[in-house]
Amino acid sequence: MSETNDNSKQEVLPDDTEVDLQAEFKNSQIQEVLDKLDQDLIGLKPVKTRIRETASLLLVDRVRRQLQLSSMAPTLHMCFTGNPGTGKTTVALRMAEILHRLGYVREGHLVSVTRDDLVGQYIGHTAPKTKEVIKKAMGGVLFIDEAYYLYRPENERDYGQESIEILLQIMENNRDDLVVILAGYKNKMDLFFHSNPGMRSRIAHHIDFPDYHTDELFAIAKLMLAEQSYRFSKDGEKAFGDYINKRIQMEHFANARSIRNALDRARLRQANRLFASASKKLTKLDLMTIEAEDILLSRVFKEDRLDSDAETTSSNRS
Amino acid sequence: MMTNLGNRITQGQFSFLPDLTDEQITSQIKWALKNDWAVGVEYTDDPHPRNTYWEMFGIPMFDLKDPAGILLEINECRKTFPNHYIRVMAFDSTQGGESPAMSFIVNRPKQEPGFSVVRQEVDGRAVRYTVRSYAADKPENERYS
Repeated sequence: MSETNDNSKQEVLPDDTEVDLQAEFKNSQIQEVLDKLDQDLIGLKPVKTRIRETASLLLVDRVRRQLQLSSMAPTLHMCFTGNPGTGKTTVALRMAEILHRLGYVREGHLVSVTRDDLVGQYIGHTAPKTKEVIKKAMGGVLFIDEAYYLYRPENERDYGQESIEILLQIMENNRDDLVVILAGYKNKMDLFFHSNPGMRSRIAHHIDFPDYHTDELFAIAKLMLAEQSYRFSKDGEKAFGDYINKRIQMEHFANARSIRNALDRARLRQANRLFASASKKLTKLDLMTIEAEDILLSRVFKEDRLDSDAETTSSNRS
Repeated sequence: MMTNLGNRITQGQFSFLPDLTDEQITSQIKWALKNDWAVGVEYTDDPHPRNTYWEMFGIPMFDLKDPAGILLEINECRKTFPNHYIRVMAFDSTQGGESPAMSFIVNRPKQEPGFSVVRQEVDGRAVRYTVRSYAADKPENERYS
């Protein structure tokens, strides 16, 4: 109440009022988050650029508001499209943090849901379920993974439509309270938006996540290993490079997720190897090192047997 | 009752104060959420002070981070029952606590007719008192229309 009174008393600021964007930028501590984004996420150039752009828009918007220039609450709902394992969830988490730092969401938490959390099983079940999720996400970011599943054109009595309608209403009326991020594969999302034009028009930012290159995947692998205090031996490094090159050609390749699974299996084989050679004296370094043989045992290198057995690697969609 | 102008019922917190604004309600709920209490919205049209169990509107709200969701529910309830009593309850679920930690009225009927006292004379000079709301004469859902 008192704030509005103050504003009305203040006279209009002259046009040449100095604006210190840099100071504002520093105050928001947004650089920290962006730096972390740069460090932790390898590649994803277009995504990072978009996030930087969004962040600066929001920052300028905030300064404008301080100078009493009209600034509508921007629509912040987003859509992340990209193949599996390209970092959509991770970026959504960061996005929540950025929006929180800039004061566009109050709490900055991320509620990650899929169709099952939103759509009920019988008539009258969907609305309370969707609303419950929305209420949990208020003050933060609602991340709907594989959002296109909400709409099932083959079944016209599907309850997904009801859920979409509630979402649309909230996205419009409670723009200050919650930011919705939809995520999914590119072509399926396009289809989804095609059949739900209302959804498309309410989402301002469409960000496409590109696939990773081999060298990026390799850098990701090293980062993942470093996080778990592992490292490649020289030969292991080379073997893993070969592995990536081969794995990329195969079907069901899920970018960083496939890499993580491959590393998990390599750790398994490493542990096995260490046990088998129990007679030898082990050092700390041995426990940390992934050797070439741990990787070369992978199914990927046994191309002749590729089609015959569906061994461990088929589980890369976890 | 003499000091209670307009026969406003006074139950729970803040009931002697003027009605809370949405902003004030929000900051009260913020406090509840900060303490990890689950917040629920309840309604009734029986204002008797012994009527402790009100109907729950929707489901209790656990794991919320922000009051906006609860305010949404309150407004929904106000829309459905514009002429009922609506209160917000905060439930403390910690072991050993397990009881309401907050309770305040956020909506009341436009006209509150108040209560009558019935005195029943029994056994010599003893008197038994009964308090009943004038509104309770009518059946449920027709009391404040």
